[in-house]
Amino acid sequence: MLYFENLRKEYPGGFVALDDINLTIDKGELVSIVGHSGAGKTTLIKMILAEEKPTYGRVSFHSSQVNKLKGKDLTDFRRKIGVVFQDYRLLKNKTVFENIAFAMEASGKTDEEIARDVPNVLDLVDLRNKIFHFPDQLSGGEKQRVVIARALVNRPEILIADEPTGNLDPVNTYDIIQVLKKINDLGTTVILTTHNKGVIDHLKKRVVTMQDGRILKDERIGKYAI
Amino acid sequence: MKKKIISTKRVLKSGFVSFLRNKTVSLSSIGILTTTLIIIGVFFFFRGIFDYSLNQVRNKVDIKIYFKLDAEDSQILDIKNKIKTLPEVQSIELVTAEQSLTDFQEKHSNDPVTLQALAELDTNPFGAMLTVFAKDTNSYDYISNTLSSESDFLGESYSAIDKINYFELKPTIDRLNNMIRLFNSIGYWITLLFLVISSLIIFNTIRLSIFIYKEEIAVMKLVGASNMHIRGPFLVESSIYAVISSLLAMIFFFPTTFYLAKNTIDFFSGLDIFQYYLQNFFVLFLLLLIISLLLATFSSLLAIRRYLKI
Repeated sequence: MLYFENLRKEYPGGFVALDDINLTIDKGELVSIVGHSGAGKTTLIKMILAEEKPTYGRVSFHSSQVNKLKGKDLTDFRRKIGVVFQDYRLLKNKTVFENIAFAMEASGKTDEEIARDVPNVLDLVDLRNKIFHFPDQLSGGEKQRVVIARALVNRPEILIADEPTGNLDPVNTYDIIQVLKKINDLGTTVILTTHNKGVIDHLKKRVVTMQDGRILKDERIGKYAI
Repeated sequence: MKKKIISTKRVLKSGFVSFLRNKTVSLSSIGILTTTLIIIGVFFFFRGIFDYSLNQVRNKVDIKIYFKLDAEDSQILDIKNKIKTLPEVQSIELVTAEQSLTDFQEKHSNDPVTLQALAELDTNPFGAMLTVFAKDTNSYDYISNTLSSESDFLGESYSAIDKINYFELKPTIDRLNNMIRLFNSIGYWITLLFLVISSLIIFNTIRLSIFIYKEEIAVMKLVGASNMHIRGPFLVESSIYAVISSLLAMIFFFPTTFYLAKNTIDFFSGLDIFQYYLQNFFVLFLLLLIISLLLATFSSLLAIRRYLKI
């Protein structure tokens, strides 16, 4: 469902962030992308979200070329993808409910759907009791679960988690990974980038290893080996 | 249609909630906006005082036509009627010979020597007089030329005129007209300068308040929000700043003009600045509201635009 073909990203000044990336991700997969800082993991994620345009090559989602999308088509495409960031990026002046409702409002859901689905998705991440809290009143792990709930509420085809456990302690890391596994078990494609060896080894799923902007290894059931 | 109503309702609600929750940003933006509007308002009052003073001076300028003692009433009326037909003329006042005499007697009622001297004369020494007011001080030149001996405008009745005083006052009136032109031109440039400075202050205030949300705008884009869905609440918030700031500026002028009016009424040759404020309340409020709404919403649009390019 997601294809990267001969992808290259070169920044002004000559720095090459991605080079010769060829990768296919199928529906329902859980793919971990691993590598040191600067390996190109985040740039690859930005390509999927069309935050960055490739210098060469293409990124396709089903039959549409992501790097050519503009305006409403781009907005519609992004509604099919849920994103979880390492630094949470919650809307600070909105409550947990409003943060999740915002994503639903953005995709044109009715008030009734919002009132029904937000508590349900908070149940999934076990955070219903914090529904009217503001982000500042939550712990790191709780914030990350809100972000996952926000990413999931529109039932995306792909969930992208960019270093979701980077700021969390081992207990919260384990919780978040369990949530991601549960989401994948329910049929959503999950793309996870991480530095965490324990997480990768525990998952026993596909691992794509990157180094200096290139794909070093792509293993169906991989381990963290850099 | 229903979707649009829901979307508008959400944008409005989100704007109001954001305004209430971001107290520090809201208060500082309103503070700066109000100060800027007060400066614009002060300028409005200055213009008012300036125009009033100019009108006071303008009203003191006129053309006086003095008639000979033997001028006949029919000649005087003929001249009056002819001058009335000139489109440049605002009004015309006739003081008859009898009225001139009565005015003189009243003026010197405490001066028996003068009154006695007057009584010794067999005839009325005063002639009739016409005072002509023009719509514009620039027209006096044209009117006086029309009334002059070279022109046939007054016809035979011209022989009844003793003198026209405009020609004595001409240098003063010319100087006055030049001054009015200069002040108007300076006023125009100062207004423009004030508007540019105010626009920059308001633009930067709004830009800073939106800059704080740069990261959040990026997140909104990445969760699939449309540009209008992101922009809307910021526009609502800026409009709230504009409305509240305009009201605060108007409230500020109430006690200020009330206090100033008492102390400045003589200085401004009779202009009551508090009355001026009351009479122009809605005009000034609308002016401040329109300026602040336009500048605030336009600044919002401009400031958000760069963050929406994701």
